[in-house]
Amino acid sequence: MRFLELFARRRARRTDELAEELRTHLELAAADRVARGESPTEAAANARREFGNSGLVLDISRDQWSGFGNWLERLGQDVRIALRVLRRTPGFSTVAILTIALGIGATTAIFSVVNATLLHPLPYPRAGQLVRIEDDLAGTGSRAVGMSTPEWRDLQRSGVFEAVSPAWFDDNNMTGPARAQRVGLLIVAPNYFAMLRVKPQIGATFDSADATPGFNGQAVISDGLWERAFGRDPAILGRFVQLDSDSYHIVGVMPRGFQAPSATRQERATEVWVAFGFSGAPLDQVSSQSRTPLFPGAFARIRDGLTLAEAQRRVDALAHALRRQFPVDYPAASGWRIRLVPLREHVVGDVRSPLLLLMAAVGLLLLIACANVANLLLARATARGREMAVRQAIGGSPSRLVRQLLTESVTLSSLGGLTGVALLLAGQRFLIRLVPAGVPMLSGISIDWMVLLFACVASAAAGIVFGLAPAMDVRRIDVTRMLKVEGRGATGTRQQKRTRRLLVVGELALSLVLMISAGLLVRSFQSLANAPLGFDARNVTIVHTRLPYPNDSTEDLYGTVGAEAPFVREVTRRAMAIPGVESAALGSGAAVPLDHPEQDQNALRVRFDGRPLDGQVPTVVTGSQVTPAYFHLLGLTLLRGRLFSDFDTDESPQVAVINQAMARAYWPGQDALGKRLKLSRRDTAWTTVVGIIADARTESLASPAIPLVYASLYQRQGKHLAIFLRGHFETAAMEKRIRNEVQTINPALPVFGAETLDDAISGSLAVRRFSMRVIELFAVTALLLASLGIYGVIAYTVSERTQEIGVRVALGAARADILRMILAQGAASSARAWRSG
Amino acid sequence: MSNSPPTSRIELLQGTLDFIVLQALRWGPCHGYGIAQLIRAQSNQALQVETGSLYPALQRLLRQRAVAAEWTVSENKRRIRVYRLTPKGREMLATERSKWEQLSRAIAGLMLPPAAEEP
Repeated sequence: MRFLELFARRRARRTDELAEELRTHLELAAADRVARGESPTEAAANARREFGNSGLVLDISRDQWSGFGNWLERLGQDVRIALRVLRRTPGFSTVAILTIALGIGATTAIFSVVNATLLHPLPYPRAGQLVRIEDDLAGTGSRAVGMSTPEWRDLQRSGVFEAVSPAWFDDNNMTGPARAQRVGLLIVAPNYFAMLRVKPQIGATFDSADATPGFNGQAVISDGLWERAFGRDPAILGRFVQLDSDSYHIVGVMPRGFQAPSATRQERATEVWVAFGFSGAPLDQVSSQSRTPLFPGAFARIRDGLTLAEAQRRVDALAHALRRQFPVDYPAASGWRIRLVPLREHVVGDVRSPLLLLMAAVGLLLLIACANVANLLLARATARGREMAVRQAIGGSPSRLVRQLLTESVTLSSLGGLTGVALLLAGQRFLIRLVPAGVPMLSGISIDWMVLLFACVASAAAGIVFGLAPAMDVRRIDVTRMLKVEGRGATGTRQQKRTRRLLVVGELALSLVLMISAGLLVRSFQSLANAPLGFDARNVTIVHTRLPYPNDSTEDLYGTVGAEAPFVREVTRRAMAIPGVESAALGSGAAVPLDHPEQDQNALRVRFDGRPLDGQVPTVVTGSQVTPAYFHLLGLTLLRGRLFSDFDTDESPQVAVINQAMARAYWPGQDALGKRLKLSRRDTAWTTVVGIIADARTESLASPAIPLVYASLYQRQGKHLAIFLRGHFETAAMEKRIRNEVQTINPALPVFGAETLDDAISGSLAVRRFSMRVIELFAVTALLLASLGIYGVIAYTVSERTQEIGVRVALGAARADILRMILAQGAASSARAWRSG
Repeated sequence: MSNSPPTSRIELLQGTLDFIVLQALRWGPCHGYGIAQLIRAQSNQALQVETGSLYPALQRLLRQRAVAAEWTVSENKRRIRVYRLTPKGREMLATERSKWEQLSRAIAGLMLPPAAEEP
C-alpha cells in the first residue's frame, strides 16, 4: 500500500508539471501573437484555438508514461465504472454476489481442510524423508502383520535409513501424580525423537545411541499431560511416575501441538513416550533372534540423497535375501515383504479420498454458481447491447470494452469472494466443530495465507470464467444494426440466446451429476447403517479398564489367568449388583463390536491341527477373549455346540467358540466342532472348537463374513478389559459407579471411556456421514442454483418475446397455447440436461 | 485543429516526429513552444507540429532517455521547462539520420529519373 501511495503521488506531481508546461506554452504563444500586433484578448483566444483541447493533450501525453502506471490507472477507472454499474442494479448485484459468495465460501472451506491435511507439510523437519515401515503377507493378502526385533536390526544396518524406530502403542495406567489414570503410551526406540528431528520444550529426549536392553527408565511426556496431570509444574524434570507400577523418571516435555505421527487417532494423542531396546526384560521369554512379529511396525528416516523408490528397491532386495535365509520364518507361500509408506500417506491415507471427493463436489458447485452468474450477466448484456453499441460508435475500442466487462465480472466475483471469506471467518469456529474428530491434523485447520490466496485465485478465475461469455459477445455486436433498431433495441442475438441456453443445460447437467453422486453416497451409507447387525446393540454400555503390565513380572498382580480370573469374576459380580444393570460381561478390547482400540493384539496367528507346523503359513485371524455371559448379552446366536461356561478355567482343557465364517473358511466341507488349533506361539496346549455362532457384523458394517475366534477370558488373558453392561441407566453416572467398584478392588486401576454401543457404532461412521451430509448439502444447493438459472432464462425469454406473444394472442392464440410453447421450451432444456448429465 | 492548414502542410509520418524533435534540439536546449516554433521556421512553415503530437513525443523521448528536462527561468522571468539532448539522444539522432539519408536517396532516385530520359 505504501508503494502504491508513493506511486500515485509521483504520478500526480508529473501531471502537475506537464499541466504547467502546457500553460506556459499557451502564454508564450499568446505573447508572440501580441508581439506580432494582435490584441491581448484576440491573441489568447487564437493561441488557445491553435493549441487544441488541452485536456486531451495532457491525457495523450500521459499515455506515453510507463505501462504499469497507465495500466493501474485504467484499472482504477474500470473498477470505479464497474462499481457504479453494479450499484445501479442492486438486485442483480446482490443475487450475483451472494451466489458467488456461496460458491467461493464453500470451496474455500473445503480447501482449508484439504490444505491442513493433504497439503501442509507434516510438522517435522524434512518430513519428506520420513516413512512408515510395514510388513505384508502378500500370499494371504494380510497387510501390516507386524515386525520382529531382528528385522528392525536388519533395517537399521541396511544403509537405506538414517534411523529406524519401532513404535508400539499401548494404553497404560499412570499413578503417581494423582489417582490412577489412563494414558496413551508409545514404546519407541531411543532414536525415535532424533529420527523425527524434534526437540522437547524443556529437558531432553532419549540418547539415540543408548543400547540398553529393556526399558531405560526414562519417559518423555506431552504438553497436554504436563498441563493435565502436573499443572505445568516447572520442576517436572526428574520426577518419578508409575507406569503400570514400573517407575520412570520424566526427562523432557514435548512442545505444545507435537503429535506422534500415526494413522490412528489414539496414537496421535500419545501422552508418554518410553524408550525400549526391544529385547531383554520384560521380553525374557522371547528370544531376541525370534522373527515372530512382536510390534506393529516402525518409522524411519530415509538417508539423504536416496529417493523413496530407490529405498524401496533396496529394501525389497533385503527382504528377498531374508526370505532365502529364513525359509521357516518367511515361507515362500506367505509372500512376506516389507513396504515403505510415505509418512503423509500413512497419516492422512484414510481421509484422502473422501476429501478429494468433497473438493471435486465443491468445485462442481462453484462451476454451477459461475454458470448462474454468467447467465445473469448475459441476460443483462442483452439489455446493455445498445449501451455497448453507442460506446463503440463514439470510439470505445472493442478490446477496451471487453476489458471493461471483464473488470466488471472480476469485481463482482471479488466482492462475492470477499463476502464468502468473511462469512467463513465468522462461522469458522462453528464449521470446524462439524468436522469429525477422526480427521488427522484437525487442529491445523485455519484460514491462513495459503487459503486466502486460494480464495483470491478462485474468485479471479470465477470472475473470468463467468465474464468471458458476455465479454466475448461485445465483439459480435453489429453496431449499425443495433443503433438502427427503433426503441429499446434489446433483443438478444441468436448467439446470445444459444449461449444462455447452453449454460443452463450445462448447469443442470452438473447439478445432476452432484445429485446422483450424493444419491449413491447416501445409498451406500444407508446400506451400511441399516444393515442387519446380527447382534443387539440397544441398551448396551461399555466401560473400559486396563490391568497393568509391569516390566518386572514379579510385580504383576495379574500375571496369570489364574490370578486375573478372580478379578474378572469380582467385577462381574459387583456390576450385576448395580441397580438397572440386567446383565454384565467382560471381554478383551477386541470384543467391542466395530470400535477396536489399536493396541489390542487381536490378530491371532493361528495354526491348525493335522497340518504340518513347519513352513505352514500362520493364518491371521481376529480373536478376542470374553466371559461366558458375553454372547447372550450381545444377542449373538449359538448355532451348534456350546458356549463357554464358568467351568472352563485354566485347569480345564482350552476351548474356543468360532463363527460360521471361520468354519467355512478353514474347515470347508467338514464339521468344525471338535477340531483343534493353536491360538499363538506360546500356547503349547491345543484349543478345541466347542461352539459355532452365527455371523454378525461385529468386525465391519460392510461384511458379516469375517472369520472370528473367541477364547474364554478365564483361560486366556486380556489386559485391556471392556466391561459390557446391558440395562437402563445413565452412561456418565455408570462410569463413576463402575470406577468406584473397580477401584474398591484395586485403587491403581483406571476406568475410562464409557460409551453406549450405539454411539460407538455411529462414531465409526462419522467421517462417512460427514462427507455424505456435505455432498447432500452441495447437491441441494446446486439444484437450487440450477433451477434459479432456468427460471432466469425462461423469464427473460418470455419478457423478450412479450411483443411476439402479444401478436400471437391478438391473432387468436389461447393462453394455454402460449403456456404450452414456453413450457415446451423449458422442458426441452431440462431434457437436454438429463441426457448430458 | 480548427485553423485550416496551409495547402503545403505535410502529414508527418509516425516516428518521424521524434526524429525531427531531436534534430531541433541539436541547436541547444529548448522548451516545448520553442521547439514547435523552430520546426515551423526551419521547414518554411511547411511543418506545423500539433501540441497533441509534440508533447506525447517529448514524453516518449523522456522515457527513452533520449532527452532530459529541467525547470529553469527564461530571460523574461518565466518558469519554463527546457529539454536537451542526452548522449543517448545524440546516438539515436545519428542512426536515424543515416537511415533517413539512405531512404531519401532511394526515394530521390525513384522520383527524379535522369534528365536525359525526360521528354
